[in-house]
Amino acid sequence: MKVGDKKEGFLQSLRVDGRILTMLIVLAVVWMVFQLLTLKQPGQFLSVQNLWNLSVQTAVVGIMVGGMVLVIVARQIDLSVGSILGFTGMMMALIQTMPPLGWGGHWLLALLAGLLLGALIGGFQGYWVAYWGAPAFVVTLAGLLIFRNASFIVASGRTIGPLDDNFKVLGGGIGGSIGEFWTWVVGGVMALLIVYQLLSNRNRRKKNGLPVRPWWAEAVVMGFLLALTLAFILVMNAYTYPGTNIPRGIPVPVLVTLSVLFFLNWMAQNTRFGRYIFAIGGNPEAALLAGINVRRTLVWVFALMGFLAALAGAVQAARLNFVTNSMGNLLELDVIAAAVIGGTALAGGSGTIVGAALGALLMSSLRSGMVLMGLPTEWQNVVLGLVLLAAVIWNTVYLKNRRGAV
Amino acid sequence: MKPLVEMKNICLRFGGNQALDNVSVNLYPGEVVGLLGHNGAGKSTLIKVLSGAYRADSGQIFIEGRAVEINNPQDAQRLGIETIYQNLALADNLDAVANIFLGREKRRGFALDEESMELEARQVLMRLRVQIPSLRLPVAQMSGGQRQTVAIGRAIQFKARILIMDEPTAALGPEETRKVGELIRALKAEGVGIFLISHDLHDVFDLADRITVMKNGRVVGTVYAHEVSHDDVLGMIIGGVMPKNARPAEVPRTP
Repeated sequence: MKVGDKKEGFLQSLRVDGRILTMLIVLAVVWMVFQLLTLKQPGQFLSVQNLWNLSVQTAVVGIMVGGMVLVIVARQIDLSVGSILGFTGMMMALIQTMPPLGWGGHWLLALLAGLLLGALIGGFQGYWVAYWGAPAFVVTLAGLLIFRNASFIVASGRTIGPLDDNFKVLGGGIGGSIGEFWTWVVGGVMALLIVYQLLSNRNRRKKNGLPVRPWWAEAVVMGFLLALTLAFILVMNAYTYPGTNIPRGIPVPVLVTLSVLFFLNWMAQNTRFGRYIFAIGGNPEAALLAGINVRRTLVWVFALMGFLAALAGAVQAARLNFVTNSMGNLLELDVIAAAVIGGTALAGGSGTIVGAALGALLMSSLRSGMVLMGLPTEWQNVVLGLVLLAAVIWNTVYLKNRRGAV
Repeated sequence: MKPLVEMKNICLRFGGNQALDNVSVNLYPGEVVGLLGHNGAGKSTLIKVLSGAYRADSGQIFIEGRAVEINNPQDAQRLGIETIYQNLALADNLDAVANIFLGREKRRGFALDEESMELEARQVLMRLRVQIPSLRLPVAQMSGGQRQTVAIGRAIQFKARILIMDEPTAALGPEETRKVGELIRALKAEGVGIFLISHDLHDVFDLADRITVMKNGRVVGTVYAHEVSHDDVLGMIIGGVMPKNARPAEVPRTP
C-alpha cells in the first residue's frame, strides 16, 4: 500500500474513471478498424462527411440516453420512449402541417405542445409506477403499445409532411447548422468550461485536503479534452454545403444533444434532484426514511424522460421532413443499450451521463461503419447485440472486482 | 420534570395482526430507555411510529408535553427526532457527506453546496472520534463501524433531541461497540433522550437507565436497570411477567 502510494502508475495518476477510459479506447479502436476496412472506397469512415453525419445520427439517441440513465439509476426502466418519440413527433407534424392533412398551426406552438405532451405522458406513466407501485417494465410496455398505435390513429395511418422550414432547422439538414463563426464560439465556450471545471475542481479538492492529480497529469487530461474539442470544431467546419466552400459548422441537433447532455450531467451531480435519484437507486428505503419524497421524484424522472423523448421526436421529425407512424420504432432498445454499454447498472444506483453519451456514440459508430461496409441489417443487429452482451458482462465483472478489492 | 417523549395507548394493526396493542412508553431528557423483546414483539414497529415511518391507528404522542401529529419522517425530523436504523439506512452508492445530509442538503442557489457540507460533516465525524478514510468514498466501501459512525453523524448533525437507535452495535466489533457506548454516554450528558433497541442484554444493562420490555405487541413493564438482574429481564421477555419485588419505573431514576 505504502509503495503504491509513493509510486503511482501512469493511469492512477490520471485519476480517470476506468470505465470511461476503456470506452474511449474501444471507441478509438473501432474508428481505426472501420477506417482501415473502408480505406479503399470513396466514403471512408474517418472522412469529414461521415463524421459529420455520424454526429447527426447520434443526436436522437444522445438526447434520450441521459434521461434513460437517470431512469435506470432510480431502479426503473422506460420501454415507451420510442413510441413517445413517434407519437409526439406525429402530433408536432399534425399541428404545423397545412390542412387538409394537418391543422395549420405555428411551428413553435407545435414544438412546445409536443414537448409538453411528452412530459405529460412520461409523468402519467411515472404516476402509476410511483403512486400505485405498478412495475415500470409493464407500465411503459403498455405505453409502448398505446402510443405506437396512437400515432397511427391520430394520423389515420397517413404520412404527415412536409414540415415548416423553421422547424426543420432542428433536423440539421440544409440550413440546419450554425455556420463557421458560431461553431468557433461554441468551441471557445466548451474550452473555457473544460478549463474552468478542471481548475475549480482541483482547487476545491486541494482546499479540502483531498488528493489531486500531479500537474503533468492535469495537463494531460486538460490537453486531451481541449484537443478533442478542437478536433470536433475543425471537423464540423471542414464539411461544406454541396458545390460551395461554405462550412456547415455544428448541426443544430448536435448542439441540442450536447446542451442536453451537459445540463443533465450538471443536474445529476450538483442538484438535490440528481442526488435523490441516486439515493433512491442506492437504497429506496433509506431515501424514504431520510424524508425524500420518493414518489414525486420518480414522477419527475419519468416526466423528464418523456420530455426528452419528445425533444428527440422533434429532431427526428425535422430530419425526416415527413413523419410516418413507424417513426422511432424499436428506438427504446437503442437507448437502453447505449445506457448499458455506457456503464449504467440495471440494478440501479450507478451510472454516468458521460459514459452513456460515449455508449450512444459507440453504438452509432458501429452502425455507421457497418453500413459503409455494406453489411446487411441483420448482421448489423447481430453485431450490436454481441457488443451489448460483452458490455454488460464487462460491467458486471468490473463492479464485482471493485467490491472485492475493498 | 416533563417527559421528552410520551407515547400513550398506541395501537397499530397490520391486516389481522395487532402489531401494537395499547402501548405506552415515555422518555426523559438525558436518559437512555432500553427497549427489549423478541423479534416481532413490536419494538421496531413502535419506533417506526415515533419516527414517522408508520402511522398509528390510535393513541397519542406528546413531545415535551405538547400533543403532536407525526405523519411522515419530515414531521419527526422537525420535532428533533432522529433515527438510526438497524439496517443502517444509508445509500451505499453515495459518499459519507451525501449520506449525512441526505434529504436536507445545503444549497447555494440551485446547486448543492458541497464544500460547506463536507466541512460540517468533517466536524461532526471528528466529534465522534472515528477515523473515516475518505468522506468522498461510497459508504459501500466502508467497514461496519465506519458506516455506523456515518449514520450516527447524520443524527447528530441535525441536533437530535430524541435519538432512536435500533440495534446500533449489531454489525460492530468489540472496539467499535465500545466507541458507540462512549458516544451514547456523551449524548446523554448533553441532555439527549435515547431509545435504545438491542438484543444484547449486556449492552442494554451497560447503557440504559430504564428498560421497557415488549411481548406480542404489548408492554410487559418498565423497570429500573440497576434494580433487576439479567434473569429478571429474561423472564419478562420470555414469560411476559414483571419480576417479583420490582417496582414499575414510570419516571426516571432520581440520582
